[in-house]
Amino acid sequence: MKVHWDLHALAPLVAVTVTIVVVLIADFFFEYRERFKTYQLAAFGTLAALIPIITLARDGGTRSLFGGAFVVDTYTLAFQGFFLIVAYVTLLISVDHIGEGDYYQGEFYVLVLTSTLGMMIMAGARDLITIFVALEMISIPTFVLAGWRKHDTRSNEAAVKYFIIGVLSSAVMLYGISMVYGLSGSTSLSGIAEYAGSAGTPALLSIAIFLTIVGFAFKISAVPFHFWAPDTYDGAPIPVTAFLSVASKAGGFVALLNVIFFGFYASHTSWQPIIWVLAALSMTVGNLVAIRQTSIVRMLAYSSIAQGGFMLVPFAVAGVGSSKHASFEAVIVYILIYGAMNLGMFACVIAAMRRTQSDEISSFGGMSKYSPILAVMTSAFLFSLAGIPPLAGWFAKFVMFRSVLDAGTTPAVILGVIAALNSVIAFFYYAGVARAIWFRETPEGIDLRPLKTPFALNAAIAITGSFVLIVGIYPQVIARLGELAGAAL
Amino acid sequence: MDWFDSWALTLAVFLPAVGLVLVLATPKAQEQTVKVIALLTTIVTAAVGIGILTKFNYNRSGSLQFVVNKSWIPVIDARYHLGIDGIALPMFALSMLITILCIIYSWNHFPEPHNPKAFLALILLLEVGMNGTFVAQDLILFFIFFEVVLLPMFFMIGVWGGPNREYASIKFFLFTLFGSALMLLSFLALYFKLGSFQIPELARLHGAGIAHGTQVLIFAGLFLGFAIKVPMFPFHTWLPDAHTEAPTVGSVILAAVLLKLGTFGFIRIALPILPSGAQTWAPWIGLLAVIGIIYGALACLAQTDMKRVIAFSSVSHMGFVMLGIATLTTFGINAAIFGMVAHGLITGLLFFVAGSVQHNYHTREMSRLGGLLQQAPRMGWILGFAVMASLGLPGLAGFWGEFPAILSAYSPAAGLSEGLFRGFMAVAAIGTVLSAGYLLWMYQRVAFGVPKDEFAEAHIHDVGPAEWMAWTPLILLTLALGIYPQIIFGVTDRAVTRIFGG
Repeated sequence: MKVHWDLHALAPLVAVTVTIVVVLIADFFFEYRERFKTYQLAAFGTLAALIPIITLARDGGTRSLFGGAFVVDTYTLAFQGFFLIVAYVTLLISVDHIGEGDYYQGEFYVLVLTSTLGMMIMAGARDLITIFVALEMISIPTFVLAGWRKHDTRSNEAAVKYFIIGVLSSAVMLYGISMVYGLSGSTSLSGIAEYAGSAGTPALLSIAIFLTIVGFAFKISAVPFHFWAPDTYDGAPIPVTAFLSVASKAGGFVALLNVIFFGFYASHTSWQPIIWVLAALSMTVGNLVAIRQTSIVRMLAYSSIAQGGFMLVPFAVAGVGSSKHASFEAVIVYILIYGAMNLGMFACVIAAMRRTQSDEISSFGGMSKYSPILAVMTSAFLFSLAGIPPLAGWFAKFVMFRSVLDAGTTPAVILGVIAALNSVIAFFYYAGVARAIWFRETPEGIDLRPLKTPFALNAAIAITGSFVLIVGIYPQVIARLGELAGAAL
Repeated sequence: MDWFDSWALTLAVFLPAVGLVLVLATPKAQEQTVKVIALLTTIVTAAVGIGILTKFNYNRSGSLQFVVNKSWIPVIDARYHLGIDGIALPMFALSMLITILCIIYSWNHFPEPHNPKAFLALILLLEVGMNGTFVAQDLILFFIFFEVVLLPMFFMIGVWGGPNREYASIKFFLFTLFGSALMLLSFLALYFKLGSFQIPELARLHGAGIAHGTQVLIFAGLFLGFAIKVPMFPFHTWLPDAHTEAPTVGSVILAAVLLKLGTFGFIRIALPILPSGAQTWAPWIGLLAVIGIIYGALACLAQTDMKRVIAFSSVSHMGFVMLGIATLTTFGINAAIFGMVAHGLITGLLFFVAGSVQHNYHTREMSRLGGLLQQAPRMGWILGFAVMASLGLPGLAGFWGEFPAILSAYSPAAGLSEGLFRGFMAVAAIGTVLSAGYLLWMYQRVAFGVPKDEFAEAHIHDVGPAEWMAWTPLILLTLALGIYPQIIFGVTDRAVTRIFGG
């Protein structure tokens, strides 16, 4: 087989790879006090990698590489761009936290970028082997990142739990993948789609699909495979938690999108019910448990489980022919919006914790007094997560409901009603944080002088905040992007 | 189409947002500047509103005017579509008026913890949502505006409210959110059945293309969304808490405008788009309406707090509005719109006076009050005026809100049981007697007699300049609409006949 090297199509990946290598090597040569320069290199490389994405998007068309195992189309580019921007914002929110914490800076950025590289490969992966490799490439650096505070037992616990569950889920998934290969004789998604379309759905295929989805369910922390997430999120350094709950989760969802829509689609009778259950459980359990949390990081961990449930809803109704496209686009749009608002939320938490030194929600009391702007932004992200117009979150929820009613079947509508009830429950705990910020007094011992936040953190909040507001008022920008990406289907 | 025609509604909806940005950009310490900016914004907005009122073609009040129809979110077929007709016009004007009055009233006494900048910013944001809801002609746009009012009211109650404010604010929000989540599902269902989010287009179809059973289901979703907002019995429990805890201005806006968003939703969306669903639901709506009338009135009799009395009286009065709507007749719906305006003016005034009473006496417990007519005679008389108007004294606006609504139940639309609705009519008539009872009782306890010992020596401020400015328009309008109700009926009738005239 002649391997076709389309360097233009690979340029974004090459750019990130080069950045990783340069940062790793440069780290040796910088004096200790100049270590922050590794951050500048990493940030520069991340942004530079966006250039080929823009040129590729202008060229248009579909570029298929490595015998169809890696495809660059609008869908791939949309997510590659998304992951790069998420990585950039992650760098912004990490730099002061990591720098001040006296951690190893160069290595930190290398690991973040390596994981990002895995996600970018995932966006274009159309072959089970590629998907598996990409997924491992996403996961392994994050195992290390979760344990970054190596003298902290909770951070160690976070890393160990995450590692063991990660390996377990990979094993389960790999088992499923091997069965799929055995049945269809192909690892490429198009080959599997052909098989699923012609063979009906033999029982063995259903089992294989089940195992594969369970593997993914661990990665995206869907209930009942979620229990590692709160402990890991809680123990990891907060910028890492932000990265895990946004980028790594989105990576898992992209994998699921690829596998379901490009591979298993025809066997919807076997995957649709499984995802229906996962979606209903994730929303409900995630929300109900989130209400009980007193730590904001744990609350956000459960909230991200519940948000994952909302993202699974379109999958659960995608099998109905009429809603295939609407569902595909809904998941894409939801991921993009969720990424911005959750990252923004974490940026605000990091900023606020510079003053409160605690992740207890009660310690955020009276934040409006010492930092009104931060209080406004935190509330904006909270209400966006709750889906209140005119903040971007409403549109994410809207496209989710839209896919449900586009399908219009009874199970779909029931799931829609469950989602509607859950969005009300979710409001309760998001508003709980806003209540602390605005309605309560400042706890004893909190300095009331105006809070100064570092430039990079402000930039992160400004980027995500303006996204949340602009998309909330004029959702067409993101809807159009979703439509373009959805055209790849 | 001249420049004003195509921009008037956009300006009227979004000028407050411009003012909001200016207010936020002004340093917190410059309180006077902040107040002036906020007041000017609402006045300029109202000037645009007056322009609309004068340029509005009253001979064509049945059709939408000042229409803007631009692309907004083409991917989901949602459009930036605004327009105003005879149904929306009175509510639109009311919303602008109330906002100005609220800012004037707050001028010198912002509730604790003060902070005029944030308080006024929230009022301006509320105005965007309220004005927008009344003129939105696209379901998604309507939904956005309908929801935009929630956050500012949540913060207004939660930050500036009374002792139990946290509970009241979250309850208010959760109730409304629950309704609007299901309402959104119904909007989407309409879209997938009829292929459009445009309200005029959907109303023109008049239910064609949706089976009766589906209509009933979709109507149920809309019903929950709107009925919670009204609020109808048994979804009313958020209202007394929200009203009692809210600062005065919050209560006024809540009563005068926000509750109307629910009834307006019925008239604008639920009834015209799903006529056969409405037919099935109408008896139930009528039943809940009269239960609300009686229940609200009885609950009033058991209250000790002045604001709670007014809050429960809202439940009762909105019951009359809903009864008018439930008849599905043009007569009933005209009456309902009149009732909405009248209730807005009168209850707004009642809450203003209650706020001033509390400001003076630092209590709203009626057992501790008394002798208002002695200590502050002007305020006492104004309270008396508002009470008379509220209990439906002929010659004042309240009468035209209640009486035609009751009358309309005598002959409901074809297909609805006459006997049942005449029964409702009888019960509603008893409700008017009860409402006279509780309102007069409240008035007697607050205004008559001599002041209680604890306040005998207290220095009570009678109506001040800011209060005069805020209250006079309400008093004059209550009087004008009472003497010449045609002001409203003349505007609404064509639009109502056009949509519901069969």
